[in-house]
Amino acid sequence: MRMRIGLDIGSTTIKCVVLNDQDEILFETYDRHYSQIIQKMAELLERVRTEVIHCDTAKISVSGSAGMGIAQDCGLPFVQEVYATRIATTRLIPDADVIIELGGEDAKILFLTGGLEVRMNGSCAGGTGAFIDQMATLLHITPAEMNEIAADHEKIYTIASRCGVFAKSDIQPLLNQGARKSDISASIFAAVANQTIAGLAQGREIKGKVVYLGGPLTFLSGLRESFDEALNVHGIFPANSLHYVAIGAAMCSEEDINLVEAIDKVKNYSHKGQFLSIPPLFNNKEEYKEFVSRHQNAKVKRGNIETYTGDVFLGIDAGSTTVKAVVIGCAGEVLHSIYRSNSGNPVPAIKEYLIDLYKNYPNIHIVSSAVTGYGEELLKNAFNLDYGIVETIAHYTAAHTFLPDVDFIIDIGGQDMKCFKIRNGAIDNIFLNEACSSGCGSFLQTFANTLGYDIADFAKLGLFAKHPVDLGSRCTVFMNSSVKQAQKDGATTEDISAGLSVSVVKNAIYKVIRAASAESLGKNIVVQGGTFLNDAVLRVFEQEMKVNVVRPDISGLMGAYGAAVYAKDKAAKTGQTESTLIKLPELEEFVHEVKVTNCGLCSNHCRLTINSFGNHRKFIGGNRCEKPITRGQKKSIPNMYEFKLQTLLSYKPVPGKRGTIGIPMGLNMYEMLPFWHTFFTRLGFEVVTSPLSTRDMYIKGQHTIPSDTVCFPAKLLHGHVCTLIDQGIKHIFYPCLSYNFDEGLSDNHYNCPVVAYYPEVIAGNVPELQENNVVFMHDYVGVHRKKDFPKKMHKILKQYFSGISQTEVNHAAAAAYAEHDSYLAKIHAKGDEVLALAAQENLPVIVLSGRPYHLDPEINHGIDKLITGLGAAVVTEDAVSYKVKKITTTVLNQWTYHARLYAAAKYIGDKPNMNLVQLVSFGCGVDAITTDEVRKILESENKIYTQIKIDEITNLGAVRIRLRSLFAALDQ
Amino acid sequence: MAEIIRDETGRVLFTEEMKKEYTILCPNMLEIHFRILVNIFNAFGYHAELLTTTNSNIAQEGLKYVHNDTCYPALLVIGQFIDALNSGKYDVDKVALLITQSGGGCRASNYIHLLRKALINAGYPNVPVVSLNLSGLEKNPGFKFTLPLMRRFLAGLVYGDLLMLLDNQVKPYEVHKGDSAALVEKWVKGLSVMLRDGRGIKQDDMVKVLDRIVKEFSEIEIQKVPKVKVGIVGEIYVKYAPFANNELEKFLYEQDCEVNLPGLMNFLLFKVDNRIEDIKLYGGNLAKKTVIKALFDYMAKLQNMMIDAVKKQPKFQAPANYDHVKKLVDGVIGYGNKMGEGWLLTAEMLELIECGFENIVCAQPFGCLPNHICGKGMIHKIKKIDDRANIVPIDYDPSATRVNQENRIKLMLAVAREKLNTQQEQKDA
Repeated sequence: MRMRIGLDIGSTTIKCVVLNDQDEILFETYDRHYSQIIQKMAELLERVRTEVIHCDTAKISVSGSAGMGIAQDCGLPFVQEVYATRIATTRLIPDADVIIELGGEDAKILFLTGGLEVRMNGSCAGGTGAFIDQMATLLHITPAEMNEIAADHEKIYTIASRCGVFAKSDIQPLLNQGARKSDISASIFAAVANQTIAGLAQGREIKGKVVYLGGPLTFLSGLRESFDEALNVHGIFPANSLHYVAIGAAMCSEEDINLVEAIDKVKNYSHKGQFLSIPPLFNNKEEYKEFVSRHQNAKVKRGNIETYTGDVFLGIDAGSTTVKAVVIGCAGEVLHSIYRSNSGNPVPAIKEYLIDLYKNYPNIHIVSSAVTGYGEELLKNAFNLDYGIVETIAHYTAAHTFLPDVDFIIDIGGQDMKCFKIRNGAIDNIFLNEACSSGCGSFLQTFANTLGYDIADFAKLGLFAKHPVDLGSRCTVFMNSSVKQAQKDGATTEDISAGLSVSVVKNAIYKVIRAASAESLGKNIVVQGGTFLNDAVLRVFEQEMKVNVVRPDISGLMGAYGAAVYAKDKAAKTGQTESTLIKLPELEEFVHEVKVTNCGLCSNHCRLTINSFGNHRKFIGGNRCEKPITRGQKKSIPNMYEFKLQTLLSYKPVPGKRGTIGIPMGLNMYEMLPFWHTFFTRLGFEVVTSPLSTRDMYIKGQHTIPSDTVCFPAKLLHGHVCTLIDQGIKHIFYPCLSYNFDEGLSDNHYNCPVVAYYPEVIAGNVPELQENNVVFMHDYVGVHRKKDFPKKMHKILKQYFSGISQTEVNHAAAAAYAEHDSYLAKIHAKGDEVLALAAQENLPVIVLSGRPYHLDPEINHGIDKLITGLGAAVVTEDAVSYKVKKITTTVLNQWTYHARLYAAAKYIGDKPNMNLVQLVSFGCGVDAITTDEVRKILESENKIYTQIKIDEITNLGAVRIRLRSLFAALDQ
Repeated sequence: MAEIIRDETGRVLFTEEMKKEYTILCPNMLEIHFRILVNIFNAFGYHAELLTTTNSNIAQEGLKYVHNDTCYPALLVIGQFIDALNSGKYDVDKVALLITQSGGGCRASNYIHLLRKALINAGYPNVPVVSLNLSGLEKNPGFKFTLPLMRRFLAGLVYGDLLMLLDNQVKPYEVHKGDSAALVEKWVKGLSVMLRDGRGIKQDDMVKVLDRIVKEFSEIEIQKVPKVKVGIVGEIYVKYAPFANNELEKFLYEQDCEVNLPGLMNFLLFKVDNRIEDIKLYGGNLAKKTVIKALFDYMAKLQNMMIDAVKKQPKFQAPANYDHVKKLVDGVIGYGNKMGEGWLLTAEMLELIECGFENIVCAQPFGCLPNHICGKGMIHKIKKIDDRANIVPIDYDPSATRVNQENRIKLMLAVAREKLNTQQEQKDA
């Protein structure tokens, strides 16, 4: 009998199938390999040889991402796994149309009918098994439990599943706000389905007989349901869905292989690959001892709570994954503290802590209390704490108390990284990590757990690693595969542990702080945060910066300690004698209920989580503005984002003799609308714009996006065009513009490549255009050459319409240019008005700088309102940039919109009440250049640079911290 | 020692004195071409050296001194320079760096500025950076891109394109492994000497030399067997530099493929042609651009000479000339699309498909802006034009793993191989 063996070695599992010549399965297995690939593979083959085929020769093929290298080196035939899947499916389910297969780290879609196409996720895509595992860890449940509870969900939240880091920062605030785990689980499944479809369908509709394969889709019925729902199909879920790759590989097996020899080769397969390594952290135990004893000197004053009687002050730090609390006495001595995981909800942990405190230590009297961190507002409301302070201030207060001449603080916590430069006793500059560079504590923890270790033990392993792996410093998703690769190449767990510590530090220094040397940071550096409790991280930091730093012995408690010190200082100032904190009887009856609802006060429709704690105390989370809390009663603070948006919305369609032209409201149309609206209206066209962006609109166009790494503002365009088509518009105008208007601020006046040419992407990837016979006018237009424009435009229009004369075009063009000028004049005038008002009322002003399209509320996520909510007036960059003459920059200043950023930064340099916040869309390549330059201009004027990275979904909690930190620093 | 002189913007100038004393380090994008070019420089009294380092520290230096979201080529090129300066191999007081500057709306125009920023931060504020461009940007007293230099340069590029093309067509089929590589080596050396001595530059001479090269390659014994044919397109540095694309060409060769890497001349022609297109699209006086037009015609002529030489040996497949390639995207993507590789990238994919290389790797740095449009953004359209297209886009960046990239390429190859087998079976039947 001809036996064929198929082996599928994926990123986390190994699968094996043996087929007879009737394609019947004689044997199948599915095991996790825990990266012990060689061993597992040899064992499995031996088992197959002795127990299944009982002979030494068989036909065999290897497949799977982790099998590639080993197959090649051992001379075994290799079959690419997607290809294997297709072979198996065409034989087993001949009428299948589409296959969706999710694996540990890969996602694949195969279109079998109507033109074969096979697609795999790119390198920047979560939404896979590993992603689900990671999310389960975050929720402190298993993926199976996730599946179980997801069935009871009531609501679906929008969660980014493009990458694990993003999703985490979406989920954490939800948890902190008290959202239900069942809802979050279901939302994660929906996000994975959405991501897979968005990332891989790329303009092709998924329909017909859809087959689900691979581990996650086999084990998680909830995930299959999410796909069914998203695709509006009823997908099938065949027997052996885990083994299709292995079956396909077996079917491809043609060559007779001597198994004994093959097993021998596998066993002797030495790690030919070499991983990049860096010098060990410590060369010997002595070095380590010296290091430890040096750091033991940094001790906080302590007291004994058992014997202490009298006034105390309480500080709480509700971090993203942990809660910390510190009680200090009148002399600032630490009497008591806790540091524990918040298990997704800080409320019960603190409740329990407070009850213990009241019961065990009746002799202490809490005079004042303060809370900081992610859960600040939730806890403040739940327990009626006295003060809530922003994290940055808490940490600075702590470090300052500890080391009065501190000039640089770096804090690496579970999910945040905060660095402050201190000058003259005040925070001078703040660096916070971006959503996409969160190589922080939780990152180490996730890896420790994956490899089966507790974080503390795992970190210790790295101290004496002989060849720490060089893993680079990008994102967690990349890191996963780098770690796997290193393991394959023979790196030990010790090497990996050390390597991960190195990448956390490099990430902090080079990505967050963007420092090139230690001198630029300062002489007296305090490091803190839970992650620095890890000696390996501390050592790497000192080595990389070539400087000795101070790590307080309460490194992990500094936020809470700072809050306690703050509470104490406040009490001294106010003469307060009794904390507002709820007392024992009330605590014992304390209840925490969560309801989820949609806010109806504006078009954002924020999903609110309403926490009630009994006694009429309530906390509302998830809101972007203060409306649901104050019910719109607050006095209004000028907001130019609002003004510009309203001005653009005032360009309404005017019925005309020549029919209708649709304009998608995205990217540069946020600047060019007055121009084009006037131009076409004058020519007698009714100009209809697509409505303001919404989430649904984005989803509508999502399946036509060809590049998932392009910026979100560009991706939104697809939805706008689809919406115009749905409205029955037959002529859509969206021109390509290499050049923008020359505003005299730069050496050239380009648009960025995406703004310039995105119409080409729409033309090539939105099939609905052809299906609906839409004329999509996306010619190359030169608005920068005012004199040539009418003639060129006349020629362009002639392709689409007859009977438009050159004279008409001339007049329309003149009116369009005039309207553009008048639009800018309106902005300039409004800017002056706001600045005058701010001066009069003594309001701080924030120049919220970005691109014209950042006006779109779906893109800016209401950050403008968040700023006015904090009491500052918002002006746009173009309201002040024109006041400056062209400045010399160290980079090539060649884009019109970006030149405004430099000019605006220059302008505010000597204005004490003005500061600049730069909005950066994730994936904006040009901003990799502008951000450093804007920072440089601001710092040369002693201004604080604040950057906010925004994407499809944005963690507004983190944005709020950033902005509050800025204001707190300005207040000092 | 040469005095450090700065221009009014603070840029360190490359002086006449430096020309005598300094070593000019050049990044290596295309081994064959750039070796010839460096030799040409040296024939003109410079001391140029091609940086062929590929150690892992290079990317680390890049990450340290360049914003990490900047494109991969910038990280690598700048990292390679800093790594070289730090290596101790050079007297850092006698080193200059050479980098090309294409200009245009892509962020790549900023490489030279990012390099200078990095040099300051890395402690080398006095190291001059020389811009190599065809647009007269950033003049230096000690570095003049003179007409004789430019002519040799263009001739060198044409020869480079030819050697690369022939090597790619012969190597997969050669009977005696190494024949083709040896011939390439012979000609790189031979051409360097010829160009130094001023031979092989005049058009008549060039025709003769081109013919001789083609003839010598045609004499290499080959055995044609059906192989999967794969074309490579992409962002120019990642497309060509093995260091950036994890030795893509070698990998494909090891996978038993015939590789087609479209030449560099089209890119230069494209960049020159863009100025003419700008005038056509947006207005302006073409008559004022006679120099541009003359340069374009000269380069186009050189390219045609090379193509004609290849055509003389029927066993070789000649590439299409610029005009033809350009025509292929008429109505597919606009000629105004000029940033980065622009419409040329789309055109090259169509040309590859046209000449039987329907399997294509589209290589780009992670987050490459122009490639969102003219690479990934056009695949759908290309497939509609020709459903044989089997294109896989691959992203490159400091942390993308080779395994992941190769796995995706293998998927493309599996589909290609299946098609090849079916075709063979049909032929046999």
